[in-house]
Order: sequence, then C-alpha cells, then structure tokens
Amino acid sequence: MNVRQAKTPVIALVNAAIVRGNRLVLRDFSLEAHKGEIVWVRGANGSGKSTLLRALAGLLPLAAGRLQITGSVALTDDNNALDPEQSVEYNARFWAKMDGVSPAVLEKALVALDLVPLAELPVRFLSAGQKRRASLTRMIASGASIWLLDEPYNGLDQANVARLDEVLHRHTASGGIALIASHIAPTVNVARSVILDQPRRKAPA
Amino acid sequence: MNSFLSLVWRDVRLAWTGGGLWLPILFYLAVSTLYPFVVGPDTALLARTGGGILWIAALLASLLPIERLILPDRQAGVLDQLALRGWSDEWLASAKIAGHIAGFGLPLLLATPIAIVFLGLPEDKALTLIAGLAFALPALAGLGVTIAALTAGLNGASALGGLLMVPLAVPLLIFGAGTLGDNAGNALQLLAATSLAMTALSPFAAGAALRAGRS
Repeated sequence: MNVRQAKTPVIALVNAAIVRGNRLVLRDFSLEAHKGEIVWVRGANGSGKSTLLRALAGLLPLAAGRLQITGSVALTDDNNALDPEQSVEYNARFWAKMDGVSPAVLEKALVALDLVPLAELPVRFLSAGQKRRASLTRMIASGASIWLLDEPYNGLDQANVARLDEVLHRHTASGGIALIASHIAPTVNVARSVILDQPRRKAPA
Repeated sequence: MNSFLSLVWRDVRLAWTGGGLWLPILFYLAVSTLYPFVVGPDTALLARTGGGILWIAALLASLLPIERLILPDRQAGVLDQLALRGWSDEWLASAKIAGHIAGFGLPLLLATPIAIVFLGLPEDKALTLIAGLAFALPALAGLGVTIAALTAGLNGASALGGLLMVPLAVPLLIFGAGTLGDNAGNALQLLAATSLAMTALSPFAAGAALRAGRS
C-alpha cells in the first residue's frame, strides 16, 4: 500500500506498569500483537483499557517496563477530534491533509462507513454513532498499520457494526494489527483476548 | 511544513467562524470610541494620551481569546491526535502561535488605523503606534498561547489567565508606550528586542505547558 505499511507491524509490551493521576492502573502487564491479528482488550469499566491504549499510543509514559512498537499507530477513542462547526467532509479532509492521504483513499474510507450521505452535515448535527463513524474514518484513511480502538462499537447500529467489522477484517487481512478495547465481545473474529481485571490501587509512594 | 500550514489555516478559520476574532477587535474599537466621550473633545489631550490608551486596549483585548486557544483542542482530542502523528509539543505550539498572530494580531493591527481616526492622533504618532504594535503583537500572541496552555482545564482559567498575562506583558507595555514619547527610536529598538525574545521563547514555554497538561 504505502510506505507506512511497508514494515511488518509489531506491538510488544513487556512487564509494564502504568500510572495515571497518581493511581497505579496496570502493573506487570505484558501484551503482544503481531501482523494480521485482532486482539480484544477486555475488562470492566475503569479497569484501565483506555489508559492502556493511550500508553500504547505513546501519549502516556510507562512507569516501568518496555514498549516496542514497529509501524504507525492510529487511535480512535471518545475524543473524536472533530470540529463541531465544520462539515464531516471538511474534518475528514483536514486530517487527510495532516496524514498526507490522497483524496481517493479518503473517499474509500468515507464509503466504507457509509458517510457519504452525511458529508455535508456539520459534525454538531450528528448522532453519537455518526460521530463515531466520522472519527473512525480518520483512522481508516490514515494508512496506519496499527489501529487502537477504544470502545469502537459504542453508538453504532447493526449495519454499521457489520461495516466496521468488514473494515477491520480487510485491515488485518492486509497485514495490519487491531487492538479493540471493549467491555462487550466484539462481533469480529478475534485472534486473542487479554483481560484487565486488576483493581485500581494507590501508587506506592 | 504543509501540515503545519494546514493547522495554522484551520486555527485562523476557527477564529473567523467561531466569532473569536470579532470580540477582541470590537473591544479594541469600543475603547477607542468611548475614550473621547469620557475625556471630552480636547484634541491636544487626545493626541497626547490616545496612543497609550490603545496600547492598554490591545493588551486587554489579547486576554479575551485565551480560553479558546488550547482548551477546546485538548478536550476534543486534537492535541492527542497530533502528538500521535509525531508532532512535538514545541512544533504544535509554534503552529498555534502562528495561527494566533494571523487570527488575532493581524486583524488588531488592521483595526488600528480606524482606532487612530476615532482618537484623532497626529500622523507621526500614528505611524510609531502602528510600528510599535506590529512589533509587539507576535509577543502578545506567544504569551497568549503559553498562558492558554498553562491554564487549560483549570478552574477559573480565564481569570487566572488575565492575572498571569498582564504582569508578563508589562515590559511590552512600558516600551510600547515609550515609543510614543520623545525617544521613539530607542524605545522602538527595546520593544523589538523584548518582543523578539518573548516570541522566540514562547513555543518552548507553551510546548512545556502542553506536555505537562497531557494525561
């Protein structure tokens, strides 16, 4: 595809501890994901799924342990990073420009999640599920080989869950990695699941 | 570089469409309109003090956009997405400052001739005033973004922002007002030097603040 996908993507997190806001969210945690895998990160609300994804994205430093990532990373979480006053298309184009993505690739991503009929609408008029799809479009178009998805199914209707699964399937079939953090079971076939069940505790002084 | 300009352009557009651009400009022009009403139509007095009032108005106008500079982007996750794409916090801060210069400094400078007419400033003073503001506005924009990054998400951020910004901008105000006095040339040089130092340092200060605010 493009240069960003040339290398075989790998995630390797070894004996990691993650502290967020003075709380030890994860400790002695290891995770591995390889080319073509969909990994389900499962756990109850507040078990640290989002924090783990932020750490994998490099937005949170590890308190201990080692993180090795080969390949480019895209993250979709609750913060949709869309300008509410601008149209879906304007927002999509802005991020496509940031990622150096051609209009043809962006068009395909918009079609994949059936956003073309909504392209002219300002983001503030969209429903939660539609916003989620607009935000997922950025990830799909980005050409990143590693996708980190935080509760991607929230707000999606059945037809769009199927569309997202199709997109995920295509992504991994072409050698990508997808990490899905979700409290419910993804409808797509997952290679593996990791469970976060450690209760949160205070960080040691 | 291309994506840098895209972000700058997006910020300018946001300032235009979000109404954030007009508020400081209207404030600035309102001061210049109201001042003659308050002190009376004394041409000599207005010519002597009008420039100083515009400097104060410019400084206070620069407090108004602070809240919308960083906080919305942090809450929406725009800063996260840019960090994910390998943008350093300093580079991101530079784009924000450039956008703020274009979206606030430039319009304010363009509004200055109108304000000068309202106050009836003599021509030589008008020119030094415009030159002085042109030197100082990049520094005011840099300070604004830095303070915005420092206070984003805090309770009472706008009040705190004003409290932080005003003392830091005092050197600009002193040298700026100095350009309107007898030694305009010297003061203009000092103003340019102060502004250059502040503008050059602000991406690093704002970048550090952005980094510290990420969680």
